[in-house]
Amino acid sequence: MSGGVPKLRLRGLRKAFGAKQVLDGVDLEVAAGHSLVILGGSGSGKSVTIKCVLGLIEPDAGTIEIDGRDLLRMPRREREAIGDRIGMLFQNGALFDSLPVWENVCFKLLAQKRIDRRRARDKAAEVLAQVGLAASVGDLSPAELSGGMQKRVALARTIAAEPDLIFFDEPTTGLDPIMGAVIDGLIVDCVQRLGATAVSITHDMASARRIGDTAAMLYAGRLVWSGPAASLGQSGNAMVDQFARGEREGPIKMELRR
Amino acid sequence: MAAILLDPLAALGRTVLGGCRSVGDVALFALEGASHLLRPPFYGRRLLRAFVEIAWFSLPVVALTAIFTGMVLALQSYTGFARFNAQSAIASVVVISITRELGPVLAALMVAGRIGASFAAEIGTMRVTDQIDALTTLSTHPMKYLVAPRLLAAVIALPLLVLVADILGVMGGWIIATFKLGFVSEAYLKASFDFLETDDVVSGLVKAAVFGFVIALMGTWCGYRSRGGAEGVGAATTAAVVASSILILALDYVLTEAFFAR
Ligand SMILES: Nc1ncnc2c1ncn2[C@@H]1O[C@H](COP(=O)(O)OP(=O)(O)O)[C@@H](O)[C@H]1O
Ligand SMILES: [Mg+2]
Repeated sequence: MSGGVPKLRLRGLRKAFGAKQVLDGVDLEVAAGHSLVILGGSGSGKSVTIKCVLGLIEPDAGTIEIDGRDLLRMPRREREAIGDRIGMLFQNGALFDSLPVWENVCFKLLAQKRIDRRRARDKAAEVLAQVGLAASVGDLSPAELSGGMQKRVALARTIAAEPDLIFFDEPTTGLDPIMGAVIDGLIVDCVQRLGATAVSITHDMASARRIGDTAAMLYAGRLVWSGPAASLGQSGNAMVDQFARGEREGPIKMELRR
Repeated sequence: MAAILLDPLAALGRTVLGGCRSVGDVALFALEGASHLLRPPFYGRRLLRAFVEIAWFSLPVVALTAIFTGMVLALQSYTGFARFNAQSAIASVVVISITRELGPVLAALMVAGRIGASFAAEIGTMRVTDQIDALTTLSTHPMKYLVAPRLLAAVIALPLLVLVADILGVMGGWIIATFKLGFVSEAYLKASFDFLETDDVVSGLVKAAVFGFVIALMGTWCGYRSRGGAEGVGAATTAAVVASSILILALDYVLTEAFFAR
């Protein structure tokens, strides 16, 4: 890791829902401009981890540092200013279905009155082109789009305000393999164009190798391994290799009931 | 023995505590929502959109309710007053019950069914599909964007709807009085306006503003707090309509006491 302060650093992050300890001391670092993928089974707390960073869930303990400053111990206004530089692509897109696509894409710019409505249409067309969609898509409503197109529009909405730290929550889940590869390619392009730092959640190995520089594995509330994304499958860590190859037998036991 | 006695007590205690928590939560929610009306940025388009949804699209329902209620009032009071001074008695019963009570209450109940349900369903769906979280990540405060404009729109729209309901309700009474009961049109209208006092109309409009706030508050709160997919959204919708209807009737009593029981 190149010298200097990491873009994002989590220390001892803990969160329980009722009796269930979902995060049990997560430590994680991402250098500026790098792309990290977090692997882990369903329900292992991947989404909860990034929701803590986004301020959507308050962790019980631990620190969340962005550019070396602890989010949890700063005034709300400063925290909002830092949140303003963060983008998020939700697992199911979370497009606003009461607004047409172009207003979705330029939502943040419009809400902050950084752009007027006439220019927002042009801007939306420009950003939609970056994710491979025609300008005419801007006039549709999100409900009229296929799953792959919704993901593209959600990606466009995420990058339109040019954040410098972006989270992707299972960007390819629910898409066919080809569309998954297309979305991965778009993500890599967009992140590089913005020079942003990216943290992606996935349980798709091909996707992890395509978008990640480094990978980390979340299991039982902790990060149990991290290493180069290219080494997934022959990492030498029994859990990671079991997960990467999708084997039933191994150190990871799927909890069927909790 | 003690356990059997204590068990229902414990259940009662839990219910009361849960109820208090909800009341406190609604109160904080209302304060936070209203406070966003005083702090920029303001979302004028959202306000306009909510206003049109409440005022314009509720107009037919409220209008029909008011006309038929006025007609029924005239018919019913004719049965009672037929023997003496029927004309002025009917005119006064219609105009006073419509402006003071039935206009605001019936309009509010109709709007609670339409708007309370649609607010709860829309915001509830946004909650369970992460759209509310998405607002936060797009640097937009969900309370400011989703709740505050709806509260204000309802507080403005309900008095306007009730004004329309007042006029149409009195007109409904007049239709029955002149075309069915054979009264003289001008005399009936004159009797109506002679009995009417400013307080009657104003108290009705104040009630309407309060009811509007309650409808929007319960709709948005139930939606905002909903959990657990489609079923949770359904439950939130039902809860919004039931809670706002009961609150409307209870607050109607409280406000009537405050206005007229001197
Ligand atoms: N708001 C919440 N309230 C209660 N439990 C939650 C909440 N959010 C997540 N959980 C629980 O935390 C666990 C981890 O969830 P999540 O992070 O969404 O999993 P995933 O790794 O698949 O993204 C799940 O068992 C889920 O039930
Ligand atoms: Mg998840």
